[in-house]
Amino acid sequence: MNEQIVNMLIEGIGDTLYMTLGSVIIGYALGLPLGIVLYVTGKNGLKPNRYVYRVGDFFCNIVRSIPFLILLILLIPFTRLVVGKSYGSTATIVPLVICAAPYIARVVETALNEVDTGVIEAAKAMGASNLQIVLKVLLVEARTSLISGFTITTGILLGYSAMSGTVGGGGLGDIAVRYGYHRWETGIMIVTVLLLIVIFQIIQMTGTKISIGLDRRKRKGN
Amino acid sequence: MSVIEIKNLTKKFEVEGNTVVALENINLSIEKGDVYGIIGMSGAGKSTLVRSVNYLEKPTEGSVLIDGVNLSSLREKELRKMRSQIGMIFQGFNLLEQRNVLGNICFPLELVGTSKKDAKARARELLGLVKLEDKEKAYPSQLSGGQKQRVAIARALATKPRILLCDEATSALDPQTTTAILKLLKEINETLGITIVIITHQMSVVTEICGKVAIIDGGKLVESGSVEEIFAAPRSDAAKELISGKDIRYTPVKQLETQKTVRIVFRNNSAYEPVLANAVLKLGKPINILKADTQNIGGKAVGEMLLGLPGDDKAAGEIIEYFKESGLTVTEGIINE
Repeated sequence: MNEQIVNMLIEGIGDTLYMTLGSVIIGYALGLPLGIVLYVTGKNGLKPNRYVYRVGDFFCNIVRSIPFLILLILLIPFTRLVVGKSYGSTATIVPLVICAAPYIARVVETALNEVDTGVIEAAKAMGASNLQIVLKVLLVEARTSLISGFTITTGILLGYSAMSGTVGGGGLGDIAVRYGYHRWETGIMIVTVLLLIVIFQIIQMTGTKISIGLDRRKRKGN
Repeated sequence: MSVIEIKNLTKKFEVEGNTVVALENINLSIEKGDVYGIIGMSGAGKSTLVRSVNYLEKPTEGSVLIDGVNLSSLREKELRKMRSQIGMIFQGFNLLEQRNVLGNICFPLELVGTSKKDAKARARELLGLVKLEDKEKAYPSQLSGGQKQRVAIARALATKPRILLCDEATSALDPQTTTAILKLLKEINETLGITIVIITHQMSVVTEICGKVAIIDGGKLVESGSVEEIFAAPRSDAAKELISGKDIRYTPVKQLETQKTVRIVFRNNSAYEPVLANAVLKLGKPINILKADTQNIGGKAVGEMLLGLPGDDKAAGEIIEYFKESGLTVTEGIINE
């Protein structure tokens, strides 16, 4: 393998990480509040509101039912509007975020639903406001599930970022498509796949480790 | 002025289009320093009642007054402030699993904006009170049920409340631990002067620490008064059931169909006279002892017996009359499975 290819692969790794982390961070900036809103306005939430919940619920279901590749193409005009072009890694972040945010909202809603309602009731009895309950009880008590959810989401976005290679998205997926698919260079394709596997493993292992490390529920004995 | 005053409280729930009346026209006054028991079978509405005291459940009709302040007159923020002055503990402890013992006790103080340093100092003081000084760094998952409830008690007391609500606080604990927790509650009541409201389905909890009791049955308050009085002479069916229930130390006795069952309670000097033997000798009728027990109620020994009297009404009537003359309290129509 010559230097040029190695440089290209290194750049590909950088682009892949940029797309994945970029979309995860922006995705959470949108999805986390949306998930909290879904939980709070849900049937057993802190401030049940059927209408707000239904709108959020509907939006999440619609976006999640569109296959990513189609969403990618559907959003091209919007992407152009936001970043000025429709190809490259930065442009790929736009559809990734749109795809991830509702998914993240669901992951967050599910994690918050797992928090024992008794603990929330106790906090209410102590005079906690809804904001205090969200910040000091829900997000803290659900942190293990939230971090597991974060890890899973990051893994999925890593895969989706590679998929965007088919429409010129950049990163390792793009390299795999251009070299492996269009030029029949199986060697490069295998290397990119191996690199994706390694990145995925690192994300998953780190996530699991942090999530278990932060869990105070299962540590027995002093 | 009563610390807690509940006036004409009614609570209705809408369940799938049907209206369910959980509580109906409840009137109750709890005085400062009382240890007040609210007892009833499960589903009687007692948990809804205690949740009305801090407005976790807002009454459909009627009002709740805390130190004369009508809770319905308070705005959301004022209500939260009021809640911080009413401690509450639960059957399931409801501790924050991701915070250690010290963090749990500091939590209500953080909510009201106490500085970290002051909160910790107060938490350590409370750990001393509940005798868990060595556990401040432990997490709830490392504690036993009794220890968890002690932490919950310390947490409930952190903001120096005037009232402590206990919702089935000992129902998940074994008998020894229950006794220890009740003793701690009694101590808190005596040393800090906090009014305690205890919700339970166990008569033994009431007789052990409560001075007064209200009996809730089917959403209605059927009887209330001093524990001693009600234990000796229960009037309502629910009270009779709770006192003679399987939950307390009664052993069910299969009885003859012709037998009439009565419960007698010995108090004061009647405990020194052989009333039962005298009745048999004098009236010449057989009396069957189905069950006998003594209980410590508010520091006084109270004896109780469940008797099977002859099925013939006249003979049974004579015996009951004789017991009453001898100063015993007689309750008829006791259910004995």
